[in-house]
Amino acid sequence: MNEETICLDSVRFYWSKKSDFKLHIPKLNIGKGEKVLLLGESGSGKTTLLSLICGFLSPISGDIYLNEQKTNNLTANKRDQYRSDNIGIIFQQFNLLPYASVIDNIILPLYFSKIRASRVLNQRDVAISICKSLRLPDSIKDVQASKLSVGQQQRVAVARALIGNPSLIIADEPTSALDTDTQKNFLDLMFKQIEENKSTLLMVSHDRSLSNYFDRIIDINDILVRED
Amino acid sequence: MLLKLTISSLYARLLTVSMTVFAISLSLMLYLSVEKLRASAYTSFTNTISQTDLIVGSRTGSVQLLLYSVFRIGNATNNITWESYEDIIKRDEVDWSVPISLGDSHKEFRVMGTNEDFFKRYKYRGDQSLKIENGKYFSDLYDVVIGSGVAEKLGYNINTPIIVSHGLRSFTEHDDQPFKVSGILAKTGTPVDNTIIVSLEAIEAIHIDWSSGAKIPGQETPVEQIRRMDLAPSNITAVLIGVNSKLQIFQLQRWINEYSEEALSSILPGVALQELWRIVSIVENLLLGISMVVIFTTLIGMAAIIFSSLSERRREMAIWRAMGASPKIVIGLLMLEAFIISSLSVMVSTFLLFILLYILQPWIDSTYGILVTIEMLSLKDIYIFILFILSAMLVSLIPAIRAYWFSINDGMTIKI
Repeated sequence: MNEETICLDSVRFYWSKKSDFKLHIPKLNIGKGEKVLLLGESGSGKTTLLSLICGFLSPISGDIYLNEQKTNNLTANKRDQYRSDNIGIIFQQFNLLPYASVIDNIILPLYFSKIRASRVLNQRDVAISICKSLRLPDSIKDVQASKLSVGQQQRVAVARALIGNPSLIIADEPTSALDTDTQKNFLDLMFKQIEENKSTLLMVSHDRSLSNYFDRIIDINDILVRED
Repeated sequence: MLLKLTISSLYARLLTVSMTVFAISLSLMLYLSVEKLRASAYTSFTNTISQTDLIVGSRTGSVQLLLYSVFRIGNATNNITWESYEDIIKRDEVDWSVPISLGDSHKEFRVMGTNEDFFKRYKYRGDQSLKIENGKYFSDLYDVVIGSGVAEKLGYNINTPIIVSHGLRSFTEHDDQPFKVSGILAKTGTPVDNTIIVSLEAIEAIHIDWSSGAKIPGQETPVEQIRRMDLAPSNITAVLIGVNSKLQIFQLQRWINEYSEEALSSILPGVALQELWRIVSIVENLLLGISMVVIFTTLIGMAAIIFSSLSERRREMAIWRAMGASPKIVIGLLMLEAFIISSLSVMVSTFLLFILLYILQPWIDSTYGILVTIEMLSLKDIYIFILFILSAMLVSLIPAIRAYWFSINDGMTIKI
């Protein structure tokens, strides 16, 4: 691995000292352009791990590097900025602002990130073309997000995560709300786009059957030391 | 972008938001109209009489003297003799004087005896003079000039005959000497509107066959004979005085109050009006207080509505955060929302206020003699609006800070 997108070094995290839930990740490295599936049951600390990587949470000790930039000693504002510049996030569901139009939802990250906005010449045109490659019908671009089907909403979320070409895409069980057929279709389209963008992907799931899409599968129990 | 999205967010909750805006608008309008009415009442009230420097009557409290001489409310306890009147106006300080004689009535309206000087000297709202709208001032002994309110309520016109009753609401009438309307005054918004004005001689004339407030039985002097009699008044009720120099007011007032032949009081109408207003304004202040409380309650209500929307919008906050919005922006979004809601309310309430004033203005004017001017918002109103919008944003900080904690703690966690 020449360059690393994510690097965690002996990261510890807990909500409070008395809490019986304490995370300790001695080492985690994800290389540039790698597509990694993080497997784990619910309650295993996946979401907390993603929150740490995205900079929503700060580790109690240890270091987190994103694209060789140490993020855990940045101020909260700088971390927010760093996140919007470098990470596209796709949630399980309810990804979109329900009252905003599809286009507005897609171009929202560009409002917060000048770096990503600078890569997009005409925001509306780019948003429409991403929609097209994700096989979203042309007619939905000005429709309110709440009027879309769940499958369409997830694809709009992918479009939003990809716009402005962030180096890292983080997806938290993006397919769990979809049925098996839509799931496959969705993953095919998402992977095609991520490959075109040469982004790194870290996706969390408990579904082992998705393994063949990925370069590497990490079981959360292998990287995580539970401390009680 | 943020503004556009906040507006579409509010639009998506159109029903709740418009109900909130409506509730806030109503309470703001309540406050504004009370304030407007208060200001108009104050202006009308304190401008009831102007350019008169002193009012003289028999010894009494200043408010009472003002009430009966200007507002025609209540009665004088005593009269002033014509001799005292002449002593007063002989003084060098006196520029002009208008004697007034009260005591009789017609229907529910007071009859006031005075001379032509009254029409010249009585001023209201600064330098406004009485104007005849119809007919002319009295030329005959039995001529009366009526205020616009009298004409309107009783449906009187020029030459309508009037029978004056003795005292107030009594059954004895001066029906042997009927008057007729010679002129109708233009509307003033002062108690003059509800006054029937006759000459001092006429007051004297109708009491020729009377003694100690009762008609002398069997005695009835014919009108022809009365017209030939000397009708110089022996008593009057009050005097309006203008002085040559404002510096002499207190000197003259002191002299009158210390006048040894008769117990007299003299008051400065402006001061007495302020004094009277302070008594009346308690009610206004109460109303004002109530409408302030109403505004405060609606503000809390607005905060509660934003609060209750938070739990369903917790997800939305997490999306904003994931896009890179700092928690400060989350707070800003909610304050922007409060700003939009309160600004909309301000606009709606102003609109409602103007409609309300437009509908109620003629009624308030005719019923209470208060002229509510429909004019552009005053600087004070603008200040109040700004203050209101600021406090709305301040109140919205309560839910906003909660949203801040949500958004910091939630992170990637899905809370629906």
